Amino acid sequence: MVKDQEYLEKKASYCLDLAKKLGATDISVNVGNSISETVNFRNKNLDESNRSDNLGIDITTFIGKKKSSISSSNLLEDNLNILIKKCIETTKNTPEDEFNSLPDKDLLAQEVKDFNLYDDTHLENDSKAEYLTRLEAAASNDKKIVNTESSFVENKSNFILANSDGFCKGFKSSSFVAYSVAVAKDDKSMERDYEYTHKCHLNDIKNAEELGKKAAEYTLRKLSPKKIGSEKISIIFDKRIAKGILSTFASAISASAISRGTSFLKDKINQKIFSDTVNIFDKPDIFKGQGSRSFDSEGVRTDTLKLVEQGVLKNYLIDTYNGRKLNLKSNGRCGGTSNLYFENGKISYKDLINSNPKCLYITETIGHGSNIVTGDYSVGATGFLIENGEFKHPINEITIAGNFKDMFQNLTLANDLEFEYSTNSPTMMIEGMVVAGK
Amino acid sequence: MSNFFDKSDLNRNEAETIVSDTLKKCDDGELYLENSKSESILLDDNKIKKSSYNSDLGFGFRAVSGEIVAYSHSNEISKNSLKQSSENLKSTLKSAKGNYDYSIPKSNKKYYTNINPIEEKTLNSKIEILNKVNEYLRKKDNNVKQVTANFSGEQKSVEIIRSGGETLTDVRPLVRFNVSVMLEKNGRKESGVYGIGGRQSYDDYLTNDNWKNVCDEAFRIASVNLDSKPAPAGEMKVVLGPGWPAILIHEAIGHGLEGDFNRKKTSAFHNLMGQKVASEGVTIIDDGTLDNRRGSLTIDDEGTPTEKTVLIENGILKNFMQDRLNARLMKTRSTGSGRRENYRHIVLPRMRNTMMLSGKQTQDEMIKSVDRGIFAVSFGGGQVDITSGKFVFNCTEAYEIINGKIGSPIKGATLIGDGPSILKEVSMVGNDMMLDPGIGTCGKAGQGVPVGVAQPSILINKMTVGGTNL
Repeated sequence: MVKDQEYLEKKASYCLDLAKKLGATDISVNVGNSISETVNFRNKNLDESNRSDNLGIDITTFIGKKKSSISSSNLLEDNLNILIKKCIETTKNTPEDEFNSLPDKDLLAQEVKDFNLYDDTHLENDSKAEYLTRLEAAASNDKKIVNTESSFVENKSNFILANSDGFCKGFKSSSFVAYSVAVAKDDKSMERDYEYTHKCHLNDIKNAEELGKKAAEYTLRKLSPKKIGSEKISIIFDKRIAKGILSTFASAISASAISRGTSFLKDKINQKIFSDTVNIFDKPDIFKGQGSRSFDSEGVRTDTLKLVEQGVLKNYLIDTYNGRKLNLKSNGRCGGTSNLYFENGKISYKDLINSNPKCLYITETIGHGSNIVTGDYSVGATGFLIENGEFKHPINEITIAGNFKDMFQNLTLANDLEFEYSTNSPTMMIEGMVVAGK
Repeated sequence: MSNFFDKSDLNRNEAETIVSDTLKKCDDGELYLENSKSESILLDDNKIKKSSYNSDLGFGFRAVSGEIVAYSHSNEISKNSLKQSSENLKSTLKSAKGNYDYSIPKSNKKYYTNINPIEEKTLNSKIEILNKVNEYLRKKDNNVKQVTANFSGEQKSVEIIRSGGETLTDVRPLVRFNVSVMLEKNGRKESGVYGIGGRQSYDDYLTNDNWKNVCDEAFRIASVNLDSKPAPAGEMKVVLGPGWPAILIHEAIGHGLEGDFNRKKTSAFHNLMGQKVASEGVTIIDDGTLDNRRGSLTIDDEGTPTEKTVLIENGILKNFMQDRLNARLMKTRSTGSGRRENYRHIVLPRMRNTMMLSGKQTQDEMIKSVDRGIFAVSFGGGQVDITSGKFVFNCTEAYEIINGKIGSPIKGATLIGDGPSILKEVSMVGNDMMLDPGIGTCGKAGQGVPVGVAQPSILINKMTVGGTNL
């Protein structure tokens, strides 16, 4: 069983008291426990079981405007005593920073809303194995599938965030994740693809057969890819890639990147950075939403934010420290976004596919080619060539490149948004990108 | 050295008994105990932004039967916790039938000394250097708009208890010093990053104001990029500089030669042992035995002493990198390549210091032979799709080559290639092999481990450059 609220609160208050006694003027403590159980299959047989029980504590102490922090997985009092002493010593020796402080008291969350994020159901490993058996049977129906791997993870977590201004709150959450990977082979090529499901509640995950079938289908259609020539072309991003572009946008509007001046979106507030039809929300109160929460990692209340309205940038993602530097109040985004999404576009998936006589449909990118300082984007990609709305053949060993400043202006969204993960996007088309191939 | 049973209700004999009892019907396994202490001190935006210290303690208990691995880990080193883990392992391996192989080769060689780099230098002296870095760079040029510099240090003590009570230990220091600088000129921003590190004390890297060299290098890369023009798009010849660009070898070839992917036949190399996979003159080794290097290990995370493993010799595929599980199933021996990020993770076969050895040509000869291509001097990260063999990496410093001469710098672009065929496209191998400065971290299955790379300059006949200039 994951440690209960009472145990975590006791540890947190022990640390608050001791740090105060040793001279800290302000203190923040986060103590958490997560237990996860994983079963992995490979080629229809049990491959691995893994149980992990993680305890962790993070303590930040302030002496006036001086600050330092420690973290540990060892919650024995002896160890905590040594670490807190060390933390106070380090704090004393760390130079002052005028922007260091706990969050404003009036911004702290007053309540923990119940978003139904915890499912107490425990699935025995034998039942996980039974799910994976069905999944792998469905994944390996075709003779060209030469390898299957799959995984089922059940996770339960609990935490308490406490500070010396009297904040002391936390909540339990759970997740159930199943993953199916297939490898297919023909004379010319070997390819791999996947499908997965990730939910707070066991009953909401996709069924095993559907997951295995999809993984196999995605893999088989990638066989015998061709390399294409270099040209300027419209690119359609599958939802699973499109959400990554949304995440890059989020890191470029974090108050930290803005205050340090290292974002291509600095000074763009109230300016049009996307095409007119684009709206972006961060909504923390979605029922069973994987990013749902009442407060951020500093305890600041988190409300819905409209980040982009009709193409215009309306808000940054602000934490206390960087907010003070920018002379802005925290909007509860320390640690990032909650449930981030593009609002649906006006055009159907089918019409999007048909909107150009020739375009690329990208299903996977590799490499770390997003530069948020300059906005330059260049990654390896695999996908399909589309001609007149038809998937012609798979492609690989190409790169796609552009600059986000232009890409955002040339972006069109389909109306097929689904709330599957904490960051979600409809299928996306960006015109005028450069593909490098032969 | 940590005493893991000091503060516990569990003593060493009891732990050994539980280990032996749990593993008696298994093919392999061990109790892995780990105690690590680490620090991070960060200067950013003219301020000391972070000074943090972490102490992490825990165990991972593994049992292996046939191809099946059962693993359980916890932070609580106690009788209860170890017994619960033992029950978890037994319930997974209900019908375990195995022969425990006790033998682990022995070696007295050590590739680093038992120091705690965190305690060897005071916090104030580290803060003082970071402040000097900030001042030095901001004074150096008016275009410097942002400076980030950090120290990170770690001491990790591990103990491996095997069935029958055999115990192996290692204490591993690791430090890193990193500087990143952003320049702004005429509204254009570019950044440059450089770092150094390895398994020694900070002072071994910072004598004689060596930190200035790190600053100068980060500044130089950012300056070059300020004048860069859009990179070309399409297939062309690529000259790679020596040292860190060897992450190309790591991504393109290294991962595909790890034992697990080959046992599972998901690597493009699995049926190529003994065959020609690279041009003549190409020799690649993976070496855990270089003194004080970031990727070096005295013993791996299963207790096997590390070694120098020849992967490709003069173009011919000679060996895969193996941990005990994959070696046993492939009927070969462990190459001391079994590694894990920490006690929370299972062991996987991983790279250590991966190196392409020197050949006979000079970098000049390579540049002169290229009509149209690029010269890539430094890279950011890379990634590979093991199954299709396609790999990428991002240039952070590169130049165009026109008619045998180095031209303008070009913007960061991704290069993409095909792992199994790329080494056959190597047409010249330089005489200037260099080790990287000690900054690499390799990710696999969600686990990051420190690694090193090395190579001489090389000429690749054909790669796709992912620029925007058609």
